[in-house]
Amino acid sequence: MSEVKSKEFQSASKAALNDKGLQRLLGRVVHGFADLRDAAVEEVTEPVWEQLRERARSIKQQTLANLDYYLELVDKSVTRNGGHVHFAKDADEANKIVLEIAKRHDVKRVVKSKSMVSEEMGINQVLEANGIEPVETDLGEYIIQLAKETPFHIIAPALHKSREQVSDLFHDWLKSQPTNEIEELCRIARDELRDKFATADMGITGANFIVAETGTVMLVTNEGNGRMTTSAPRVLVTLAGMEKVVPALEDLATFIRLLPRSATGQRISAYTTFLGGPRSATDEDGPEEYHLVLVDNGRMNVLKDPEMREVLQCIRCGACLNTCPVYQKVGGHAYGWVYSGPIGAILTPLLVGMDEGKELPFASSLCGACKDVCPVKIDIPRLLLRLRGRATEGGNGVKGSAPWIQKLMVRRWFSSVKTRQAMNRSAKLGRLLQRPVARGGRIKRIPLPMVSGWTQQRDFPALAPKSFSEVWRDSLDKP
Amino acid sequence: MHQTRRGRQSIKASLFITCTIDQFYPQVGEAVVKVLRRLGVDVNFPEAQTCCGQPFFNGGYRQEAKDLARRFLDVFDGNDYVIVPSGSCGSMVRSFYSELFADDADALARAEDLASRTYEFSEFIVNVLEVTDVGASFAGKVTYHDACHLLRELHVEDQPRSLIQAVKGVELVEMEASQACCGFGGLFSVKFPHISTAILDSKLQSIEASGADVVVANDSGCLMQMGGAMSRRNMKAKPMHLAELLAQEGGRA
Repeated sequence: MSEVKSKEFQSASKAALNDKGLQRLLGRVVHGFADLRDAAVEEVTEPVWEQLRERARSIKQQTLANLDYYLELVDKSVTRNGGHVHFAKDADEANKIVLEIAKRHDVKRVVKSKSMVSEEMGINQVLEANGIEPVETDLGEYIIQLAKETPFHIIAPALHKSREQVSDLFHDWLKSQPTNEIEELCRIARDELRDKFATADMGITGANFIVAETGTVMLVTNEGNGRMTTSAPRVLVTLAGMEKVVPALEDLATFIRLLPRSATGQRISAYTTFLGGPRSATDEDGPEEYHLVLVDNGRMNVLKDPEMREVLQCIRCGACLNTCPVYQKVGGHAYGWVYSGPIGAILTPLLVGMDEGKELPFASSLCGACKDVCPVKIDIPRLLLRLRGRATEGGNGVKGSAPWIQKLMVRRWFSSVKTRQAMNRSAKLGRLLQRPVARGGRIKRIPLPMVSGWTQQRDFPALAPKSFSEVWRDSLDKP
Repeated sequence: MHQTRRGRQSIKASLFITCTIDQFYPQVGEAVVKVLRRLGVDVNFPEAQTCCGQPFFNGGYRQEAKDLARRFLDVFDGNDYVIVPSGSCGSMVRSFYSELFADDADALARAEDLASRTYEFSEFIVNVLEVTDVGASFAGKVTYHDACHLLRELHVEDQPRSLIQAVKGVELVEMEASQACCGFGGLFSVKFPHISTAILDSKLQSIEASGADVVVANDSGCLMQMGGAMSRRNMKAKPMHLAELLAQEGGRA
């Protein structure tokens, strides 16, 4: 599995905030995506959008409730189409399956279209270690592959790279002339990738949706690279999380309206590709052999977890990232694993484990903007709150692990609000203690561990000389 | 008072003042009482109240939150309306008590009953009393910040704006992205002060660009966050709770 650095959220988020170039890009691009999405929803009209979301949620819920059945159906359908279906328990098993297929066909070069589950697996490193060259063909993925980085955003992996940085990368790796023209940068990448498509032995794709009744995989792309990947190489492998299944083709009509609009504000993506088996006798192109690898990697545990199951409805549109005030400031890498933003703060502790991911559910102001834009209506703030409960107190197989000093302070706080008498006593003591630091009703510096950060850029209000309850008793009770 | 509807005098309401207003901003509580009494509401303050449990709930301390929530159910037992001048504390009671008591049918039923009679301050005035002009006057430019929980959990958006617009002498100017979070988030502002204040920076820029003398919000958390930085930076605009604005009778910013 790919490396997890989510424990470093605190320091990584500070570094991101101090990176002026990154801050400039974030301010522009992320808000841009959110605005485009809002405009697209407005065009559809709010009531229609709401119906679509409701339908999408209900399709996903029903599928998840009977996932065993639908996975079996996928197996049958893809087999009927002449393909092979594999079930992988975790990232390692999925990597092994892909590697075996590659070795059997003596594969030297793999072209990949975008796949988030392949990021979970860390497949590129595995292929490289076995002498196989993986080439990302989504432009953003290609850029971060050259930069040896991980995706910064679910749908825009190289969002954090300026055109100057991309030009430098291309110059270093492809020996191209430096340029600030985006068209020129695209041309350089296209030329480079064209040759890779023509010479690749194997293609790897992700899957936006898998239709159980027909075994059809739907891919949503904008650059045509998905189509090249699925038609040129002789062997094709689709990697997909097990939750990607929908029952019937007609269900795609709902999701295809929701996904591009939520992601980029497009009415429909430039390419919508349907695949699901090897080429038939009458096809002019397409793979000779087709494999679908369905990856669990923690998902089945989430399925068995009624408090968290709805996160499996996620269609990876990235809308929650774009609208999130935290993501807008710290970007994707701070989250330390494949998925970032609000959805990443849920998926990481669930798929990787609370030990690694426990910082993330707290990295939210719980503003709820994510919930409002989610096309499948995942109640993200509520799930974050549930994970906070587990991280602090434990539960569902997780050991609670709040720092002892925090626990101590919380216990102290709790006993000071347990009764009105206790609250009055604590307030009295507080007013005494704040004397040296309170001026004109404000505290400019709180000299206490864990909370002193508050006053670095903000004043904290001093406790009032008289609480409201005292004012009430003294003068308001008898109007 | 004009706009008074028949039967108003008989409306009884208990104040859920919130621990923040109780301890830090008692003047907001006084303003709430003043406005409600001006509108003929029979206001009661159950003195035993302390904290609704939200800070503990948000920190993952569910046991402590549950204890406080149970206590809260006792304090606000009865049939009165419960009025709360804070969107966040209001949404704790209305949206999240049911989450907290998911496995306790008795408490859940009581929590649902309480939720059905709990109203945020502006929501109560506009939706229950059906009043928008509360007879206040104030000369100045006012902008309104949508507190997240008020907007997205309680779906209160128009009520505060119509109340502000009806204040004599007030010019309501919308800031850009009024619905963007101010970065407070309670525990979040303590645990991640650098992110919290980075989010706040954008909010303060919007407030400044609006040219407003006063930024109004219905949540003491947001006001603590925005106000704390506004005083540190000596900004022209001042923070004010909606109740304070509605209690004004001819003041200036």
